[in-house]
Amino acid sequence: MGRYVARRLLLTIPVLIGASFLIFAMVYALPGDPIRALGGDRPLSPAVVEVLREQFHLDDPLYVQYWEYVKGLFSGDLGTDFRGRPVLETIERTLPVTVELTIVAIVIEAVIGLTAGVLAGIRRNSFFDNLVLVSTTLVVSIPILVLAFITQLLFGLKLGWFPIAGTREGIYGYILPGLVLASGSLAYVARLTRTSLAENLRADYVRTARAKGLPNRTVIVRHTLRNSLIPVVTFIGADIGALLGGAIVTESVFNLPGIGREVFDSVRAQEGAVVVGIVTLMVFFFIFFNLVVDVLYAVLDPRIRYD
Amino acid sequence: MKLSKRRSALLAAGLSGALLLSACGGGDDSGSGGSGGGSGEGGGTFSMYIGEPENPLVPGDTTESEGDQVVNALWTGLVKYTEEGEVDFSGVAESIESDDNQNWTITLKDGWTFHDGTPVNAESFVRAWNYTANPQNAQDAGSYLSRIAGFQELQDGAATELSGLAVVDDTTFTVQLSQPFALFPAVVGYNSFYPLPESFYDDPAAFGTRPIGNGPFQAEEDFVPGEGITLTRYDDYAGDDKAQADSVEFRVYADVNTAYNDAQAGNVDIIDVIPPDVIESAESEFGEGFIRTESSQITYLGFPTYDERFADPRVRQAISMAVDRDAISQAIFSGTRAPADSFVAPVVDGYREGSCTYCELDVDRANQLLDDAGFDRSQPIDLWFNAGAGHDAWMEAVGNQLRQNLGVEYVLQGNLDFSEYLPLGEAQGWTGPFRYGWSFDYPAAESYLTPLFTEAALPPLGSNYSFYTDPQVQELITRGDQATDEAEAIADYQAAEDIINEAMPMAPMFFTEIQSVHTENVSNVRLDLFQRVVVSEVTVNS
Repeated sequence: MGRYVARRLLLTIPVLIGASFLIFAMVYALPGDPIRALGGDRPLSPAVVEVLREQFHLDDPLYVQYWEYVKGLFSGDLGTDFRGRPVLETIERTLPVTVELTIVAIVIEAVIGLTAGVLAGIRRNSFFDNLVLVSTTLVVSIPILVLAFITQLLFGLKLGWFPIAGTREGIYGYILPGLVLASGSLAYVARLTRTSLAENLRADYVRTARAKGLPNRTVIVRHTLRNSLIPVVTFIGADIGALLGGAIVTESVFNLPGIGREVFDSVRAQEGAVVVGIVTLMVFFFIFFNLVVDVLYAVLDPRIRYD
Repeated sequence: MKLSKRRSALLAAGLSGALLLSACGGGDDSGSGGSGGGSGEGGGTFSMYIGEPENPLVPGDTTESEGDQVVNALWTGLVKYTEEGEVDFSGVAESIESDDNQNWTITLKDGWTFHDGTPVNAESFVRAWNYTANPQNAQDAGSYLSRIAGFQELQDGAATELSGLAVVDDTTFTVQLSQPFALFPAVVGYNSFYPLPESFYDDPAAFGTRPIGNGPFQAEEDFVPGEGITLTRYDDYAGDDKAQADSVEFRVYADVNTAYNDAQAGNVDIIDVIPPDVIESAESEFGEGFIRTESSQITYLGFPTYDERFADPRVRQAISMAVDRDAISQAIFSGTRAPADSFVAPVVDGYREGSCTYCELDVDRANQLLDDAGFDRSQPIDLWFNAGAGHDAWMEAVGNQLRQNLGVEYVLQGNLDFSEYLPLGEAQGWTGPFRYGWSFDYPAAESYLTPLFTEAALPPLGSNYSFYTDPQVQELITRGDQATDEAEAIADYQAAEDIINEAMPMAPMFFTEIQSVHTENVSNVRLDLFQRVVVSEVTVNS
């Protein structure tokens, strides 16, 4: 197991290098002149433009720019944005917000999704099962932007149960955006759990377990659920990686200064260093959580062995 | 010019900041009355919406509305402006005098201090101006100092300081301009002319997050990106517009719609520009707290005079007359922008109602002019505007009216982001009428004419994107610049405007009006000519 994990971790290095170069090339390929756009309707003086282009190596070919960037990395310098703020500081500032939001969303998604899925799976075709089916379909079909504004208006403004915006009220301010963010995945988790459970309940080993006279609870929790969770864990793991990439819409609507908003602004402003820094970090998260999921398989299913 | 950073749609963030977004027109200026001043005994604290500032909070690097709002709470310049746009010597300057409009002597008042206690003296102005104008420091607002002698040498790297500046003593310095300019006292009230304390030069980066100014409010904490900053009243402030409130919190919102919801819930007190889609309901929602303010912003439909299709002024006049500004103003902007009838905004001296004689809808005359000019109607007209800033609807309406009134098809060219849009215009790549917006740098008609219609303002140095030049216009503006008498100057500028009107390089389309809201927690909320909330005047209702 240890060797397997080490090998997987080593593999991430070339992936990250390749990814960072690709992202760099994409930002480089964006049309338009980011420095020109800094001045808005009033152009910056040509001399200032020249100084800034020089400073950020914008006139150099792609490989030179990338090399400058990598050189900085070796000395622990992730570069700065056009206003001179270090990218590292930006990440340190925005990542905690996104991590908190992700944790809240994943907890909501796992707890509610799994509960609904298990109950629906045990009582197939019951009223509750159909209720889950209808409500999840409904949630999945509403665009997240609409959902975000509706919940904000309803629970934030009209009922006043939750803060409308910002991080000033601690974790309380994350509940509403967490719920909105989790909604789509929550529906997916519930459906996935239900299907997987329903399928496994018909398996031979479940019949054997029941024949041994095990109580129903043990059969479902210890035997069936454990096996049924494999696809669900895969999905949730991938979802953590995706959520850590930041949720542009949710973060903007609920005014959370997270990493999604930051990367969106940076792409628009063609802030190469910021985009590469943040997106490479996202790629790392994604790889890492995929690894965690793979390791969890072995825990859930004794038949899976890696070494 | 001050760039407005408003979003038409969710998530238009970042560089769309520089774009001029819709606001309104037609209303009267109903700023809530009550003058500030006095001793500032109000107390209390209030909060205000801003978008994310694009640059560090250094005056010479701030050219957009969000940072501008904060910087102006922290600084007081040489002069201020009355609500009518007159220069008002309630700032640091005692007097700004000249015999020849070229060599100016600026005398400062005693007793002004920065928030760190150091005195505001001639040196703190001169050194700051040299810093801002020096391209090595890459200050966005550097070009505002271009009238000072030696500016060009500084740009070329032939000098390290502006030759036109000289410190005489602690409270006096002299400014030599490269050419006579009678309006100079009106120019120096803007950001790029603010003084900087000595501590700035030790660490400009740190200064940008916790600035030290000389204004009614001071920063006792760092600006946190994405969140904002709280400023407190500066008790040793020497001006007569002391802050009324104890503190003001500038709160950054990514989306103004969210801010608006927050204001409805009473969590944020002032929103200086509300989203266009809530304007209809805002008045009933906020009652007395809904304010409309005329602004200095004009939306133009510019013409590529370098393109032979649009080289004939008659074609440009015809297109201008074929657009029903009133209908668009009602249908698209729900009455929140006024049809423009002049090349300068109504808020400046020298504005004349109807000075644009081709801004009225006149289909017959437009068609006649097109025929006279021999315009080829079989080819569609390209309409250029920048993407993602809410210009699509009204530009399409313009196209539809051209089709209906002139029988010419149109093609919308609205896919370019700002970062591509302007460079294309600079390279003379616009193949048809284009959207452009402008606000003044200082309250004067000249601040529309020089930057948009003169040779000195040809790209990349300036914003004359229609590439229109006329020696006569230049001559009249220069004469106005040098006139000793204000009425004379205005007459010259108006004569220049009349020539521009006949040439029609840019057709004025709309005057922008700003709508703001504030909660019942605050009173005396007023926007100045630069669309900034005058935070020192705001009182908190306990």
